Amino acid sequence: MLILQLAVKRLMSSIPTLLILLVGLFLLLQLAPGDTVDALIAQLGGGSAETAEELRRYYGLDGSTMARLLDYLWRLVRLDLGFSAIYDKPVATVIFERLPVTLLLMVLSLSFAFIMGMLLGIISARKVNGWLDTILSLLGMVFYATPAFWLGLMSIVIFSIRLGWLPPGGYYDILAGNTGLAHVWDVTRHMLQPTVTLALIYMAIYLRIMRASMLEVSTLDFVRTARAKGLSRNQIIRHHILRNALLPMITIMGLQAGAILGGSVVIESVFSLPGIGKLAYESVIQRDLNMLLGIVFVSALMVIVVNFVVDLIYAYLDPRITSEKV
Amino acid sequence: MTTLAKIQDLSIALPKNADREFAVENLSVDIHKGEIVCVVGESGSGKSMTASALMGLLPDELTVTSGRIMLGDLNILQQSEQQMRRIRGPRIGMIFQEPMTALNPLRTAGDQIAEMFRAHTDLKPDQQKFRALDLLKEVGIPDPELAYRAYPHELSGGQRQRVMIAMALALEPEILIADEPTTALDVTVQAQILELIRTIQQRSGMGVLFITHDFSVVSEIADRVIVMQHGSIVESGNARDVLENPQHSYTKTLIAAVPGLIPPPPRDLSRQVVAEVSSLSKTYRTGGGVFGRARRVTHAVRDANFTLTEGATVGIVGESGSGKSTLARCIVRLQSSDAGQVMFGDVDFAALQGRSLRENRHLVQMIFQDPYGSLNPRRTVGDLVTQGLVARGMKYSDALAKGQELFALVGLDPTVMDRMPHQFSGGQRQRVGIARALALEPRLLIADEAVSALDVSVQAQVLDLLVDLRDRLSLSILFITHDLRVAAQVCDRIIIMQRGEIVEQGLTADVFANPSHPYTRSLLASVPGAA
Amino acid sequence: MNVLRYFARSPAAMFGLVLLGCIIGFALFADVLYPKNPLGLAGRPLQWPDLTSRFLLGTDASGRDIAAQLVHGARTTLIMAGVSTVIAIAIGIVIGAIAGFYGGWVDNLLMRITEAFQTLPNFILLLVLVVVVGSTMTSVTLAIGVVSWPPVARLTRAEFLSLRSREFVQACRAIGLRNRWIIFREILPNALPPIIVYGSVVMALAILLESSLAFLELSDPNVASWGNLIGHGRKVLRSEWYVAAIPGGAILLTILAVNLVGQGLNDALNPRLRNR
Repeated sequence: MLILQLAVKRLMSSIPTLLILLVGLFLLLQLAPGDTVDALIAQLGGGSAETAEELRRYYGLDGSTMARLLDYLWRLVRLDLGFSAIYDKPVATVIFERLPVTLLLMVLSLSFAFIMGMLLGIISARKVNGWLDTILSLLGMVFYATPAFWLGLMSIVIFSIRLGWLPPGGYYDILAGNTGLAHVWDVTRHMLQPTVTLALIYMAIYLRIMRASMLEVSTLDFVRTARAKGLSRNQIIRHHILRNALLPMITIMGLQAGAILGGSVVIESVFSLPGIGKLAYESVIQRDLNMLLGIVFVSALMVIVVNFVVDLIYAYLDPRITSEKV
Repeated sequence: MTTLAKIQDLSIALPKNADREFAVENLSVDIHKGEIVCVVGESGSGKSMTASALMGLLPDELTVTSGRIMLGDLNILQQSEQQMRRIRGPRIGMIFQEPMTALNPLRTAGDQIAEMFRAHTDLKPDQQKFRALDLLKEVGIPDPELAYRAYPHELSGGQRQRVMIAMALALEPEILIADEPTTALDVTVQAQILELIRTIQQRSGMGVLFITHDFSVVSEIADRVIVMQHGSIVESGNARDVLENPQHSYTKTLIAAVPGLIPPPPRDLSRQVVAEVSSLSKTYRTGGGVFGRARRVTHAVRDANFTLTEGATVGIVGESGSGKSTLARCIVRLQSSDAGQVMFGDVDFAALQGRSLRENRHLVQMIFQDPYGSLNPRRTVGDLVTQGLVARGMKYSDALAKGQELFALVGLDPTVMDRMPHQFSGGQRQRVGIARALALEPRLLIADEAVSALDVSVQAQVLDLLVDLRDRLSLSILFITHDLRVAAQVCDRIIIMQRGEIVEQGLTADVFANPSHPYTRSLLASVPGAA
Repeated sequence: MNVLRYFARSPAAMFGLVLLGCIIGFALFADVLYPKNPLGLAGRPLQWPDLTSRFLLGTDASGRDIAAQLVHGARTTLIMAGVSTVIAIAIGIVIGAIAGFYGGWVDNLLMRITEAFQTLPNFILLLVLVVVVGSTMTSVTLAIGVVSWPPVARLTRAEFLSLRSREFVQACRAIGLRNRWIIFREILPNALPPIIVYGSVVMALAILLESSLAFLELSDPNVASWGNLIGHGRKVLRSEWYVAAIPGGAILLTILAVNLVGQGLNDALNPRLRNR
């Protein structure tokens, strides 16, 4: 219960943060050259000043900045993200249509990166400077230095174009009209490349952190105590080092949540996945500011939720948290 | 007498770039059944390495070049890692200096004790728990059930060390190695832990190898003493013989450096008041806020009243958490107090703010505990000493001249002013710290545990310097310490603090001779070697 | 001096340094090696790389010399990454130092703002900024600097928090030095090494951010940039994959070099790890 209390407290404290963020962004976007109406008129192939005026009134873009800010915040409280002129649908509807793809991509690649990074980090730290450690560190370094979009493109060249094993893009094959298990298999085939691409890059980070963290913890006094107790190397790693070494990994997971979401913008564009990353890109191109603000809001919420979960895991792993801070 | 372990002609080589060749050289020690052997030495004497070697836990950089360590018929140095695991725990137990960091913070105390049985016996989980609870009872923890479920951070320092001892004793080893087990503890707790080790040792008849730097602890617990310096044994023998009749000059210095517990008779003191502390209080509030639980209020300092006079040293003595450091920091204004005054003449130093505070900073200066942490590693020692003068508007050349005087005053060669702090030893750094504090010509000098981090032989020199400076400059010194022996020797008056309150104050000789408060009495009784 | 010696002893760090040196060399001598506008038409489009021809690394779909774009792109990348790193570190140090030194409500406010920045994925924030300030090289550089400072601020704050309670800082307060002096002349020099090391991470991220932006055709189209080239190459990925592959390799090598140098510095500055 204490854990939950702590986490709820953290969650509450992110409300002012979110408010700062939204107000800041709203004001910032007021500075943007051109608004939705300009974009819409450009799309229609030009229009008179009166038409523009009317459209602005229709989309509620004619009030003072302050009035529109308050209006915007009040609508957010009711989870109304406004209306997208480009898609001719409420922003929330469009975002929630696209959300599952991004969530799937994020959850899959984050878990893959975390688990593989952890395992390889442990292997690496077991024999520091051994050949396996050297190879893993080297690979980690290279993947860490690789731009995600480029890795995606190269993977398409090899696995889709040369070998023809995997589809080069899309979420599923619309023409095939698969249902049931066949559909799941189809989605899996489509998601494999983007997930692995994104995961490989973040795995490199986790590998590095896990290795360093294992080495750090193994110099601590209680590991010496464990050795003095006559425990074997594996027992020491399993019962004493591992859990302590996981703490920084958990922290990084919270910090990386935002980065992975950002990375999905590029990856979804490379693999033509209809997620909110690609949506963000499209709304930038189309100057659909309502949509962009909506995406910002939703992705900030996602990061807050991930951090909430991270806090829970951390507090579960570390008993010191609940007794000191609550 | 049965010999449990024999260390014979042991030499351990240090890595190439170290300041000497061997960590330990030609060392021979026997550990007998039912006997406590104390290995005494200052930092770097190789005493801890001896313990590690016996446990087969030497750091990788160190190599044994000769000798053997016999445990019964086994040579420990020739055992494989797997064989060593059957010795560590079942045959040799070990406890360490820092009971906080020596326990895994993420697992309960009981779990860590039970792990001994898991690793070495076939006991079932409920039997493991039963035995662990038994052990906790044996080491004198008041509520074993509660302690079993507690995480290390929920226990006090003394309780943690008891848990460590319970763990080391779990499999009834023949030998217990105790590496400075009471150094990090308060004096009353130290007395209890020493007592506990003594009792258990006598009950079980095991051999104990006790590592310490403190001769007063030796006199409390040792049957036999081995004195080490620079990796070699300089003297060894029966504890009483060595303590009463030391042969080697180094042993003599070490024993002489332990201050006596009987204060010298009171001196004639000036009545000239330097500062008057009245009703000084400091309260910490933690928690609170909108979503927090009830606020926790800690009275770090409660209604402190005392007077500081010219040319006198006033000691504040207390254990950790007594508020003695907070009191010092409030007086020197590194923290602000909540209530009360610190009057220097008609200036209330506790109430000054901003510019007027900066301009009056020269009234009180402070010497810090850690000779390594208290000097900015990126500035020359000359800079460090003259900085305050320059900040107060003195010309650089004048400040430099004054700095040279100060260096001479504290016994340092003025030509070293352009060196960096890392080029000095601990004692020399402390002298630099003193020179820095004296630069502003303070009327009150606060020494916060100023000699606690130094080796005993250096400690004495720095104390002498402080006394000398006090007399020459008519300084008033407020001396914060946990060490009653040091306080007895250097303080004219003494203030005893407990949980934020002054429980007793008076002339040192009077307080030591006739302590009126029960806490003072228990403190005095706990000092090792007092009896 | 010790730091340099430790650095030189690590082969990986030296390899990184040499690699980085080569890239900087290309950037410096871009105008000498390829004096013509790298974005101008140079020859027949889509010629495959051929070491014997005029175009070592071939031409792209618009008939522009890939080698020329690569070398000029190095200059763009390094200047952009360098400047945005300096911006990020400057903002981060000031905010982190003030928050860490003063604590209390100042810390609270500044950390809330930092958190607000970190709650938003930095690439998405970058997209928003680019919408507002446009896609010139200057504005992209500024924008990348502005989205990259929060981790620097956090690191600086953590360093300050631990340093401000150290006794040497208290000694400075006791002798009456001003806060500004203590922050910048006493604490900062001690806090700087890890921040400088982190600078390499910021720089690597800046290169990644810019190239991603350019790949999405949201960066400045009028300068030679590796990301732009990959974006163009994507359209001919099916047959002429080298157009995208080559500049990607250049990005990889640059970031690798920056990271190796950063890690070498870290190991050299962090004596506790030296023995590992």
